[in-house]
Amino acid sequence: MSQDSKKTAKLANTLEFKTSTFSVPVLLVATDDLSLFEKQLVQKINQAPEFFKNSPLVLDLQEINIQNHKVDLNALVAVIRKAGLLIVGIRAGNDLQNKQALEIGIPVYPAQDRESVVEVKKPIRVQVVKAQVPTSTRPDIKESVPTTIITHPIRSGQRIYAAGDLIVMAQVSAGAEIIAEGNIHVYSSLRGRALAGVQGDIEARIFCFDLQAELISIAGNYKVSEDLSVSVRNKPVQIYLQDGSLIIKDIV
Amino acid sequence: MARVIVVTSGKGGVGKTTTSAAIAMGLAKRGHKTAVIDFDVGLRNLDLIMGCERRVVYDFVNVINEEATLNQALIRDKNCNLLYILPASQTRDKEALSQEGVGRVLDELKKDFKYIVCDSPAGIEKGAHLAMYFADDAFVVTNPEVSSVRDSDRILGLLSSKSRRAEQNEEPINEFLLLTRYSPERVKLGEMLSVDDVQDILSLHLLGVIPESKSVLNASNSGTPVILDEKSDAGQAYEDVVARYLGEERPHRFIEDKKGFFRNLFGGN
Ligand SMILES: Nc1ncnc2c1ncn2[C@@H]1O[C@H](COP(=O)(O)OP(=O)(O)O)[C@@H](O)[C@H]1O
Ligand SMILES: [Mg+2]
Repeated sequence: MSQDSKKTAKLANTLEFKTSTFSVPVLLVATDDLSLFEKQLVQKINQAPEFFKNSPLVLDLQEINIQNHKVDLNALVAVIRKAGLLIVGIRAGNDLQNKQALEIGIPVYPAQDRESVVEVKKPIRVQVVKAQVPTSTRPDIKESVPTTIITHPIRSGQRIYAAGDLIVMAQVSAGAEIIAEGNIHVYSSLRGRALAGVQGDIEARIFCFDLQAELISIAGNYKVSEDLSVSVRNKPVQIYLQDGSLIIKDIV
Repeated sequence: MARVIVVTSGKGGVGKTTTSAAIAMGLAKRGHKTAVIDFDVGLRNLDLIMGCERRVVYDFVNVINEEATLNQALIRDKNCNLLYILPASQTRDKEALSQEGVGRVLDELKKDFKYIVCDSPAGIEKGAHLAMYFADDAFVVTNPEVSSVRDSDRILGLLSSKSRRAEQNEEPINEFLLLTRYSPERVKLGEMLSVDDVQDILSLHLLGVIPESKSVLNASNSGTPVILDEKSDAGQAYEDVVARYLGEERPHRFIEDKKGFFRNLFGGN
């Protein structure tokens, strides 16, 4: 008995379980044509190779299953791994897919997360509802992630992650990084890195009062400071994606 | 209530120790019992600036390790009997400092002193972290150049996230900017950032601008804090800093270069 408790005590010192939240990109697959899928995946990765290199990834099978595509999970996984991405889970899979995933050591995430996927795919709809419906009856909004508001400066070396929209009321210093699954607003100078729509929301936008950023990115499409022309610097702009390229426009 | 002030910067050689010595002396001369601690374990030089290097028996690490009492280690300043110096050890490294130990020494000092000034080492490692961890107020010492400003910004981030006040969700540390080694002529030549440039990047309450001055070297050679050299520009600038910290309003005297100042006065350009 005492022997046992000694062992446990010793064990308790050698490890500790902690809960942490990580941001992991989610890949939505919507086809059963694996060779087309592979081609597009590689194209996508080549747009931002550093972002995707050895990136962890959750594979979302919702579209495939809704459209009743028959896709061999093992083949799909092989294509993704070949592209250099590391699958750390699947979600919205059916029983067979879940079983196959577990067999090759891929965790299965509960399907309840589906709602948020739907939201990410249709952000405009959600936003319109947000703007118009008064606080009482808003069943649609319940699962939507609250906006994060930061009122103090974000300094070099600091990193902020927001699961929804991110509003920063103070400056973002060079060497700081702000990341949001939704839109980013900076009501001051943006000198650090700003990444909006990091879960793949191509409708996400960045708004700032004074663009001096080191890097801006929407859904993985990025520009570094060097790519920003003088005509867009040091003034209020909005940044959005159009046909896969970043557009920077004055806010009038 | 005692207040713990950290003098910090990230970058080395910007004037932290010079500043720690000056403001500790300034506070003590105004009647506040003040202790100044050298956190730069292994590289001690606060005692040189304070001119007490030949009276060091015990040091900060001895007190933390309970090899000496605080009273044994504190050195009373030769110019002001309300000022005490706790020197750093030259024979240990920063690993000798522990958070628990530093907290214990500060708590003991707080019983007896009004202000406790912590002279931080450079960098963002253990020594710098412990110097800032227990602070109530922070003097962020910055030189008017990009790398120093960037390091100060980094330190400000740590003050607001890795300090005791941040971790325990208390009122944040009061952060003040001290721009040192400022040379209006070199600003005009474009060789240095201006006060406005620095303020634009850091947006911080400006406690004072200390001009680049020969008097600082003279003071350190003679082992007296420059604030005691009342005729010197740097001494006066530190005097203003202490006054502003204690709530007085003083105009900034050393931002303009003299010629520029008169030109502005007469409305020219
Ligand atoms: N205002 C100033 N004018 C001229 N020299 C200065 C000034 N402030 C500091 N120095 C010089 O800069 C060097 C570094 O100062 P110090 O206070 O030791 O910096 P730190 O503690 O940040 O390393 C010293 O040689 C010091 O004499
Ligand atoms: Mg020093």
